[in-house]
Amino acid sequence: MTGGVRECDVLVIGGGPAGLCAALAAASCGVGVIMAERDGHLGGQLAKQTHKFFGSARQFGGERGFLIAQRLAAEAENAAGIEILTETPVLGIYEDGVATLLHRGGHMKVRPRKIVAACGAAENFLAFEGNDLPGVCSAGAAETLINAQGVLPGRRALMVGGGNVGLMVAYQLLQAGMEVPALINHAPQIDGYWVHAAKIRRSGVPILNSTTIKSAYGNGQVEGAIICEVDENRQPLPGTERRVECDLICLAVGLSPLNGLCQQAGAALAYIPELSGHVPVTDEYLRTSQEGLYAAGDAAGVEEAATAMEEGKIAGLSAAVALGYGGTAAQEALTEAAAELKRLREGPMSERIRRGLAVLRSEVIKC
Amino acid sequence: MRIREHPILRFPAGGKISFFFDGREVEAFEGDTVAGALTAAGLRILAHSRRLGRPRGLFCAIGNCASCLMEVDGQPNVRVCVEKVRPGMQVCSQAGKGRLL
Ligand SMILES: Cc1cc2nc3c(=O)[nH]c(=O)nc-3n(C[C@H](O)[C@H](O)[C@H](O)COP(=O)(O)OP(=O)(O)OC[C@H]3O[C@@H](n4cnc5c(N)ncnc54)[C@H](O)[C@@H]3O)c2cc1C
Ligand code: FES
Repeated sequence: MTGGVRECDVLVIGGGPAGLCAALAAASCGVGVIMAERDGHLGGQLAKQTHKFFGSARQFGGERGFLIAQRLAAEAENAAGIEILTETPVLGIYEDGVATLLHRGGHMKVRPRKIVAACGAAENFLAFEGNDLPGVCSAGAAETLINAQGVLPGRRALMVGGGNVGLMVAYQLLQAGMEVPALINHAPQIDGYWVHAAKIRRSGVPILNSTTIKSAYGNGQVEGAIICEVDENRQPLPGTERRVECDLICLAVGLSPLNGLCQQAGAALAYIPELSGHVPVTDEYLRTSQEGLYAAGDAAGVEEAATAMEEGKIAGLSAAVALGYGGTAAQEALTEAAAELKRLREGPMSERIRRGLAVLRSEVIKC
Repeated sequence: MRIREHPILRFPAGGKISFFFDGREVEAFEGDTVAGALTAAGLRILAHSRRLGRPRGLFCAIGNCASCLMEVDGQPNVRVCVEKVRPGMQVCSQAGKGRLL
C-alpha cells in the first residue's frame, strides 16, 4: 500500500465467465490479480442458467450453465494469485490510473498495472403503454428469481422476444411450474436456435411471430397485455389486437454492453448495432484505445458465454504478456484461444457478430 | 410463492427468519434477497415513481436498473434485489429521493 492505494498487476472488473477466465489465465502466468465482483457470488449471468451448453469440452459442452459457473468460481477461489472481492462494485477508473472500489462500506483504491473490464451487459427495456407496471420485468430477472432464489415471480407469463434468451427462459418458466400463454416475437421468424424453439412448442406454448406488445394493463400491477400483429415494417396492424391474461410480462429484447467504466477511463467507443450498441474499440488482443485497459465478454459486444470465456482468456493472457509474464507458454495459449474463438464464430448464427467485429476492428486504426 | 419441485434444481432452504416491510412482519429464509422474499410473499410493489407516484416493481433483479430502491434500516436508495435479508431488518417504502437524516 502507498498512501492508502493498493498496487496490483491486474484488476479484473466483473466475476462472470469472461472475468473468471481472464483472472485464471492471467494468474496462470504468475500475475497477481484482484477480481472485483459487485454481486455476492461469482458467475455473472451464468450462475442462474440451467440450460445445457452446446459445443466442445473446452467450453464445457453438455454441462449446465450454473454448474460451469460453480466450476470456474471454485477454480478461481483455489488459484494462487487471485484475490476475489465480492460485493465490491468498481465505481470508477480515474486519470491517474487509480480505480475506486466500494468495499465493505468504504472506498478501496487500487492502482493496477493493467485492467480487464468484464462487466457484462444490461437487459433492454421496451416502449409500450403500461411498461412501468410491477410485473413487467426482464427475462433475466425472472430467471434469477426462479433459478437462483426458488421464488415464482408470477403464475402466468407472457414472453416478449424470440431470441435465445426469450426461448430458453420461457422453457425455464415452464420447468418452474409457471404457465406461458404465448411467446411473441416482432420479427417474422425466431432469432434463436430451433432446438430451443422446438422444446417450447412441444410443451404447447404458441410462438407468435410478427407480433408485438401494445400495452400492459392492470390495477397497480400487471393483469394482462394487449398484443397485436405487425406488418413487414414492424408497424402495428390495426384491428389485430388481442388480450392475453397474464400476471407477468418478461422482456427478452436484447442487452446493451455495460461500457461506462471503459468510457470513463477514456477508451474510444464505437456504435456497432451487430454487437448490441456502444462498445469499446478493441483489437484482436482485446486492448482498448486506453493504454493498459482491456475489455472482454458481453461488455465488449453482446454474444454468448462460450465466446465470453475465450475472450476472457485472451484479455487475461494479453495483459500478462504485456507485463512480461508467461513466456512462450502464454503466447501459445493466446494463439490457441484466438483460434478457438474464431472457430466458435464460424456458424451461421454468428454471421452478425462477424460483421460487427469487422467494422469494430476497422475502427482501431482511427484511434 | 416458492418453487417446491423442480426437474433440475434443489433449493436448500436456509433457516427461517423474519423482517419488517413497512412495519408488517414478513417471513423469509436466510440467503433470500429482500426482493425475493417480498415476491415470495406476493408483494410486488416495491417503490413509487418520484413525480407521478406510479407503482414500481422489479425490473432486472441483478442491481443494474434502480427500479427497486427502498429504505433499509434507515438507509435510503438500497437496491433490494441484491440486498440479503437479515433478521429483524426494517425495510420501508421510500418517499421521493429519500433522506439520510
Ligand atoms: C437471461 C439470460 C440468459 C442467458 N442464457 C444463456 C445460455 O443459456 N447460454 C449461453 O451461452 N449464454 C446465455 N446468455 C448469455 C451469457 O450469459 C452471456 O453472454 C455471458 O454471461 C457473458 O459473460 P460476461 O462475463 O461477459 O458477463 P456477465 O455474465 O454479465 O458477468 C458480468 C459480471 O460483472 C459484474 N459487474 C458489472 N459491473 C460491475 C462493476 N462496476 N464492478 C464489479 N462488478 C461488476 C456483474 O455483477 C456480473 O457478475 C444469457 C444471457 C441472459 C441475460
Ligand atoms: S430491479 Fe434492477 S436494480 Fe433492483
